[in-house]
Amino acid sequence: MKKDIILSGVGGQGILSIATVIGEAATAAGLFLKQAEVHGMSQRGGDVQSNLRLSSEVIYSDLIPCGSADLIISMEPMEALRYLPYLAADGRVVTSAKPFVNIPNYPSEEALMAELASLPDVVMLDIEEAARACGNPKGANMVLLGMAAPAIGILDADALRAAIGRVFARKGEAIVAANRKAFDIGLEAGLK
Amino acid sequence: MSEKKLLLGDEAVALGALHAGLSGVYSYPGTPSTEVTEFIQTHAPEVRSRWCTNEKTAMEAALGMSYAGKRSLVCMKHVGMNVCADAFVNSAVTGVNGGIVVLAADDPSMHSSQNEQDSRFYAQFAMVPTFEPSDQQEAYDMIREAFAFSEQVKLPVVFRVVTRLAHSRAAVITGEQTEQNALNPSSDRGWVLLPAIARRQYIKLIDKQPLLLAASEQTPHNSLEGAGTHGVIACGIGYNYVKESGVQDITLLKVSQYPLPEAQIKAMAARCDSILVVEDGQPVVEQGVKALLGAGFPVEGRLTGRLPRTGELTPDNVAAALGVPASRSFGNAQNLAPRPPQLCPGCGHRDVYAALNQVAAEYPDARIFGDIGCYTLGALPPFSALASCVDMGASITMAKGAADAGVFPAIAVIGDSTFTHSGMTGLLDAVNDHSRITVIISDNLTTAMTGGQDSAGTNKFEAICLGLGVEPEHVRVVVPLPANMPEITRIIREEIEYDGVSVIIPRRECMQTLRRHKK
Repeated sequence: MKKDIILSGVGGQGILSIATVIGEAATAAGLFLKQAEVHGMSQRGGDVQSNLRLSSEVIYSDLIPCGSADLIISMEPMEALRYLPYLAADGRVVTSAKPFVNIPNYPSEEALMAELASLPDVVMLDIEEAARACGNPKGANMVLLGMAAPAIGILDADALRAAIGRVFARKGEAIVAANRKAFDIGLEAGLK
Repeated sequence: MSEKKLLLGDEAVALGALHAGLSGVYSYPGTPSTEVTEFIQTHAPEVRSRWCTNEKTAMEAALGMSYAGKRSLVCMKHVGMNVCADAFVNSAVTGVNGGIVVLAADDPSMHSSQNEQDSRFYAQFAMVPTFEPSDQQEAYDMIREAFAFSEQVKLPVVFRVVTRLAHSRAAVITGEQTEQNALNPSSDRGWVLLPAIARRQYIKLIDKQPLLLAASEQTPHNSLEGAGTHGVIACGIGYNYVKESGVQDITLLKVSQYPLPEAQIKAMAARCDSILVVEDGQPVVEQGVKALLGAGFPVEGRLTGRLPRTGELTPDNVAAALGVPASRSFGNAQNLAPRPPQLCPGCGHRDVYAALNQVAAEYPDARIFGDIGCYTLGALPPFSALASCVDMGASITMAKGAADAGVFPAIAVIGDSTFTHSGMTGLLDAVNDHSRITVIISDNLTTAMTGGQDSAGTNKFEAICLGLGVEPEHVRVVVPLPANMPEITRIIREEIEYDGVSVIIPRRECMQTLRRHKK
């Protein structure tokens, strides 16, 4: 069994903490894992992505081939669309619904939402709003991880919840609890 | 004690070097190599690891540590090889005492670079071995072997990684910790490269070549598998993409150590009707295999168009070269705009460019020569301020040359770390020539582009400029903030009008390091 996941967003949005949690859970589960990250210049407000590959078998390529990603997890709706050629026919897109506009030629929001809605399998939510509503405004990425959890499959929600505990342990019990709550709110949205 | 750890390729290199008994790492930050040194700084305080001023000082210090008998690592991005080339090429002639590994992180596709030069050419040129791991585990294992091999053949070893290995994480099984070498300074006269000695040393270097070739033939990292009539030579991470494609009916030679294993390639050619070379970067191996097998044998790769001539390898372009059909379900999205990186909100470089553009608008012939760093983004909208960006330090010397030719005003914009890396010598040229240039050293107190490493000249810039002979009244310091715009633009105007070298130092901490310091 394998899962190929593309994480995307804008530099500074924190996609790597999502990758860290999934990576921690995968390592604990004894899965093979490869995670290609973007460092350097692109991190300055530009588009960023990470290729995350989980498998019960040996993984060769650090990069996901076109047409084979099971899941695109995006902190930003236009950035979810950037990696569409990588999505498998039955792949799912899990994305924040709220545009992050830091360029003058950002597409029309209406057209963007229509294109996302036209995809066969999309889960969309205003994750910043959901995070604020549960009292953890910095937890939008954990809401998104929760939304993606049902589609990750190779790892169950409990494994991810446990990994959140280990990844955020040094920040204290309150942060762990808040992040798990954000994760659970996302999970509920992801199960619909 | 053996452990399993999830490591970036760069971190696997760092940990392997530490476990090999490393005594010192000498580096200048550069994507995608930076994390090697950062890992050592964080995990091994007993190992000498402070950032160097540039790659040349790094290479030379590593050579000094090697002379003293200890193991040293030099880390840089590929273009850093150009900066240290003098020391590097001559280190093959002196040879080494303690092992030296030169980590060169190449950046095919230029994710964060201005060219895609291939460091394997440098190793070939200097006649030293190259190790090129295919994955994180091999990165860990091979750097340990590289130190031992360096001491065995008494040569530096080039350790080549590319962006996709440097910045990708996977599990690595670690091994035993080796003790550092004892202090054991060399007394060999071969270190003194006077012509008479250099000629003897050069012959020694030539004489070592068969040893290097024999090692390439024997290493388990170069291995032949499969039995098809189509031959594929896959170098470094190219091997992973060939395996990913699932193609079975090929004879596959994995190459991770150079010089090329000629006997293995000839054996392969004897049972194949063609060979495809899959290598990331430039066609180093493709050229070598063509030369080895002669014009009659069909060799394909980047030069023949089977693989793209530029850009990094991907599982997709390798699968296509192997004849595997693509399987895309979705085309490119319709509602998509490029999102280039940009200067952070509140960044002092923004105020510098706002001021420069305001003043430059008053001089229709003004040219602003840029340099390498975050501030290179000033070339993009909304500022579109820069006429050039070539290499570390070139802003000052290009402004000088342009001024010599008659360009007025000729302005250079350079960052603090880039200035000490390669800008100081050019400034001395300009001072000695009394060139009419205005140099802006945009000082954010860090090496920001690569993530906020210490900058070699912090708190020393005024003294450096005065020491190089810039007139005291033409070394001006400002604080780049919107509120100070009238003062900054006035000072820029004054210094442009001065017929000589002037330096303006806008100084304000990087927003990224400021945020970290506040935490």
